[in-house]
Amino acid sequence: MAKLLGIDVGSTTVKVSVIDETGEVLYSSYERHFSRVKECVLGELKKVRSFSASYKACVTGSAGLGLSERSKLGFVQEVQAAFIAIRKYYPDADVAVELGGEDAKIIFLTGGAEQRMNGSCAGGTGAFIDQMATLLDLSVDEMDELSLQAERVYPIASRCGVFAKSDIQPLLNQGAKKSDVAASIFHAVVDQTVSGLAQGRRIKGKVLFLGGPLYYLKGLRKAFCETLGLDGEHAIFPENGPKFMSLGAALYAENMQEEPIDDMISRLESAKEGGEITLGEPLFASQQEYSDFIARHMRSDLSFENIYKYEGDAYLGIDSGSTTTKLLLITPDCKILYSHYQSNNGQPLEIVVGRLREIYSLIGNRINIRGACVTGYGEDMLRAALKIDFGVVETMAHFKAALYFNPDVDFIIDIGGQDIKCFKVKNRAIDSIMLNEACSSGCGSFIQTFAKAMGMEIEPFSRLGLFAKHPVELGSRCTVFMNSSVKQAQKEGASIEDISAGLSSSIVKNAIYKVIRARTPEELGEHIVVQGGTFLNDAVLRSFEKETGKEVVRPAIAGLMGAFGAALYARENTSSGVLTSSILTEAELSRFAYSSRSVICKGCTSHCNVNILTFADGRKFISGNKCEKGAGLKPSRTVSDVYTFKYESLLSLPDGAAAGTRGTVGLPLQLVMYEQLPLWVEFFEQCGFRVVLSEKSSRALYFKGQHTVASDTACYPAKLMHGHIESLLDKGVDFIFYPCESYNLDEHDSANHYNCPVVAYYPELLKANNERLTRENFIMPYLDLNSEKATVHTLTRALGRYKLPASLVKRAFRAGISRMQEFHARIVEKGREILAEAEREEKQVIILAGRPYHADPEINHGINKLLTSLGIAVLSEDSIFEQGNDVKVNVLNQWTYHARLYRAAEYATRHRNVNLVQLVSFGCGIDAITTDEVRHILESKGKLYTQIKIDEITGLGVVKIRLRSLLAAIEESGRGEDDHA
Amino acid sequence: MRKQPLQEERPVLDFTDDYPVFTHAMKDTHTILVPDMLPWHFDLLAYILRLHGYRVEVLHNEGRAVIDEGLKHVHNDACYPALCVIGQFLDALKSGKYDPDKTAVMITQTGGGCRASNYLPLIRKALKAEFPQVPVLSFNVSGLEKDSGFEMSLGLILEFAYAVFYGDLIMSLYNQTAPYEKRAGEAAQVRQSCLDALKPQFAKGSYRKFAKHAREIIAAFSAIPVTGEKKIKVGIVGEIYVKYSPLANSHLEEFLLHENCEPVVPSLMDFLLYCAVNPLNDAKFYEKKSRSTFLFRFVYKWVYGKQKKLNHLLAKSKFEPMHDFERLRVLADKVINQGVKMGEGWLIPAEMSALCETGVSDIICVQPFGCLPNHIAGKGASRAVKALYPKANIVPVDYDPSATKVNQENRIKLMLATARENRK
Repeated sequence: MAKLLGIDVGSTTVKVSVIDETGEVLYSSYERHFSRVKECVLGELKKVRSFSASYKACVTGSAGLGLSERSKLGFVQEVQAAFIAIRKYYPDADVAVELGGEDAKIIFLTGGAEQRMNGSCAGGTGAFIDQMATLLDLSVDEMDELSLQAERVYPIASRCGVFAKSDIQPLLNQGAKKSDVAASIFHAVVDQTVSGLAQGRRIKGKVLFLGGPLYYLKGLRKAFCETLGLDGEHAIFPENGPKFMSLGAALYAENMQEEPIDDMISRLESAKEGGEITLGEPLFASQQEYSDFIARHMRSDLSFENIYKYEGDAYLGIDSGSTTTKLLLITPDCKILYSHYQSNNGQPLEIVVGRLREIYSLIGNRINIRGACVTGYGEDMLRAALKIDFGVVETMAHFKAALYFNPDVDFIIDIGGQDIKCFKVKNRAIDSIMLNEACSSGCGSFIQTFAKAMGMEIEPFSRLGLFAKHPVELGSRCTVFMNSSVKQAQKEGASIEDISAGLSSSIVKNAIYKVIRARTPEELGEHIVVQGGTFLNDAVLRSFEKETGKEVVRPAIAGLMGAFGAALYARENTSSGVLTSSILTEAELSRFAYSSRSVICKGCTSHCNVNILTFADGRKFISGNKCEKGAGLKPSRTVSDVYTFKYESLLSLPDGAAAGTRGTVGLPLQLVMYEQLPLWVEFFEQCGFRVVLSEKSSRALYFKGQHTVASDTACYPAKLMHGHIESLLDKGVDFIFYPCESYNLDEHDSANHYNCPVVAYYPELLKANNERLTRENFIMPYLDLNSEKATVHTLTRALGRYKLPASLVKRAFRAGISRMQEFHARIVEKGREILAEAEREEKQVIILAGRPYHADPEINHGINKLLTSLGIAVLSEDSIFEQGNDVKVNVLNQWTYHARLYRAAEYATRHRNVNLVQLVSFGCGIDAITTDEVRHILESKGKLYTQIKIDEITGLGVVKIRLRSLLAAIEESGRGEDDHA
Repeated sequence: MRKQPLQEERPVLDFTDDYPVFTHAMKDTHTILVPDMLPWHFDLLAYILRLHGYRVEVLHNEGRAVIDEGLKHVHNDACYPALCVIGQFLDALKSGKYDPDKTAVMITQTGGGCRASNYLPLIRKALKAEFPQVPVLSFNVSGLEKDSGFEMSLGLILEFAYAVFYGDLIMSLYNQTAPYEKRAGEAAQVRQSCLDALKPQFAKGSYRKFAKHAREIIAAFSAIPVTGEKKIKVGIVGEIYVKYSPLANSHLEEFLLHENCEPVVPSLMDFLLYCAVNPLNDAKFYEKKSRSTFLFRFVYKWVYGKQKKLNHLLAKSKFEPMHDFERLRVLADKVINQGVKMGEGWLIPAEMSALCETGVSDIICVQPFGCLPNHIAGKGASRAVKALYPKANIVPVDYDPSATKVNQENRIKLMLATARENRK
């Protein structure tokens, strides 16, 4: 017998174990490889030479496959390796959960062995935790420590890092405690594991937790135990957890040939680097080319004025961005007196206060801050806290700044830490705005996170890319995908230089092809200004120029453009009568102090997490609220919002008056029920049933059904349906009624009248994945409401056990249909009222166009209320589309709900005060088609198009910026029209 | 329902872009590019179209350039097949091999409730940016895109039907032989010679001697010396394009051969029968009867008859027969309602069940990332299939431009590891 050697090569670490003839573990190690896989493995092999001159060896792990192929070592799939080790060391375990650097796995051992791995779009792994720690500016260990002191847990989207960020950033900016956020992050990882991997199977019994993160992070362990309800006896965290797979590999090596370790080492040393990756061109061919490039960009610069000598007025601009805070103090002729750029570490207020104190100490009595303006995520809070004169939406600020550098500018692109903003400019006004979707925001902070993962600072890391010989192609999607591309490139032996250059180029491609969605570089425009901190990175700038084939303007203050724009805004808008800014004076600032606390608003059913900042002088600032109520204001008297009206009307439909002699029927209020609830309530009441509705949608309800979700990339409304079903089952109804409908109502305005596949057949998925559903308690007939005869026939049969006479079914169905028509008429009527009122009061109207089920506040996240709080009247697509003309579109117009979108858009094109904002559920494949058409309809008639993607994310920060930008642009274009008139 | 069906004519506003139409005259001047889906079937189909005077060429270009073109021209959330097809067209048009002024492209449309019916407008949009002169032909039997439609004749449809049968037969026999052949490459040679032998039959019009040609093909494959070893059979089901197209599924069949497995790929004809039977189901469920219902019933019966005949011949040989379509319907009913008819719908769980029944319990279910029908019928239904066939070992694999091969292969290897574990 020989000694056994197991090598586990993961995405971030190498683990090695040696087992001797008696089964005793002689050696095991856990090393980060910083993508130098080969060197790291070689080092370990040389170490284990001391135990034996020859081994039976086997490799496992996600990055181990290529290594084993090239060095001709045996390979075992990592889950299988885990299987073997579990059988040996923990034969009584029921389930094993393993989190690694970039993957997550669950192995069900008893009751039908099954193995699951995370999908290609899944965070919830070690890399995700690293990314989040970076965001909090903590080391992973610090984050873990903090999490143990948490007092509350916030809901954070767990599907991928990008989503989670958009939840976390607003929390930080609003002053939520880092300890609470840290704990919330761990809970998000657990939720992801439970919903994304378990997919309908419960994790119960004796659970084994494996892998580095679960071994090292106490907070994560705690979150798992809490969520799964495991006690110390059932949750096992093995001492050798992080190295478990390498033990499995070693055990599996029993099947291998014994050979001298020196042979393995020499084979590995001479192993070729693979050639499967696609390579790009170097960014610069020569040093000369680089120098020319630098010299060209030096030209776009502002000049400086000496803050110690200058006397007179100055304007202050503050840009409180998602990850960084920027301040700029300029003279009236735009010379820089003072500038500051800093990562905000989740504490924007403290940073601005500190800098402001510094400015006051520098300017003495010589310089008078005449006006100040703030922009960015922290705008409202900073403005309130520091009594700043103006606030401007960040898109406008950036536009103003770009205009200063190039009055002919027709295209602006800003890549910041977390977002990408692009504007097309026509006639010196913003013509269209594109912001990145939550899904494609692999922006600047991604390079930063990656640099850290490589153990480097961002600047030296990106400089490495400048002269890389063969930049790797890493794809152009979201960060999670890029992570796996990087993994692949590393596997193939790409150098850090090549990866660095590849990352720069993928950020650029992501921006051009995914955010701007340009088909050719010419579409962008002639005079391009690039800005945002990410463009200070020369590798990114160069990649952008190479990809577009254009020379662009990058101001030297690219990272400060928001602040510069804000300062310009203050300069433009300070009236001559105002001699000094209202911003806190030096004296006031010295007394400035605040405290923060968070509460749950009980104003309505949304239960927003509201954050209250209390300042030393007794003033308060409230954030996190979705409507006026949370801010302590009285809601307006009338509801000028169809969404709220519709939702409340639907909830009041089953009035409980029906006797229900035949029994109780449960209707899940989600997806198609948002349209057909009146029909089925009336139908079942007429047939003698009592109707019970599922609970209102909420995050908690979603978690209730999460364990039965089969496909984690389905849309949020569909995934919520699982919770609604659980809720009805818990309510103990006699049966749940939820029909399958290939066809929707024929509204005679499209080539066909399908439902989307998810809406049409979701009951099938529920039946197959929720073991509590049976033939008896779940009735899901296939119906086509357009055919009364077939529907009555099918319903009579489906409800066969109640022996309803067909005549009754028919009568009830007809009554239901007319109830639904009446209901719809009320929605339309409400829409008319709102329109008329808006007309009278000269208010802007926005058609929030989506699907009927977007009326659910858990799905629309209160965007309707956000709009009304901005003074906008809100219509829904179903309240207005009948006033739109029929349209012929480029695509096949064959879905009922989607045909409504086109007609609603057509209506908007004919009305000056009406605009349309399209709500799109993340993962809706059909909207990939409709959005382009709706945009086309609106833009062909000179209207702005705005799309908002919604998912589990609750933070409305980005949405608010987008809507305010839209309103600002509408206002500007309105001004333009008046000028022409 | 809400509005009365009979209503005054409402005005229709036209928001469509202009696009070039494939005119009759172009038949003589234009090369028609066809995307690659089933390399061997399409070889035969393209040959038939050429016999009918269309200058057709099946594309085989691959690689990162194809995917990059697709990424540039297709919406982020649109599905992967659209991206592959469009990428392939644009990459070909840019290759310099074709004169864009004398080139058209062709795509199939089923007209179902899945967004796949919208590939054609997506292609048109993509071409508009760079090759606005290139017309798009629609190959469909639903009467869509009348101005750019392909002129369907009964003769052509008949020839296609036979070609699909022959293609399925050759594909199936190849997959059953190649993993076991004693002399490497022999099965591939036989595959080519069978195709070469079939082509003149179409030219002569004697392609309808179905039993004769089928017997010859079976004989040719039977003659290949094989080793007789036992290998793991792996079924491939899922979205139609990704299931068959090597470009989309990263050469999945070859990968399985390399992993010492026998790939079992259900036949294309089953999908066509599925398309034919859905209107019949609609007629039954929703009283949606029309003149075409009768036609579909007739076509269905005729094709199904041929399928039975072919399976009868196979049953007498040493090879496994292909799935029987009526059996697929019976199996579907145990898992999912046949009303699930968008995309590949109920066919996916039906094929999973049929594979399990015939001892192929290790299955890869392929789909484009975020494929809507597959949420329900693929990932959603596999739990129900597993309940019926406890041995079933099903792995869903997502394909998209950025899902790396490592990730996909790792997942498949995991499934294979379980398969080997189960064999013990």
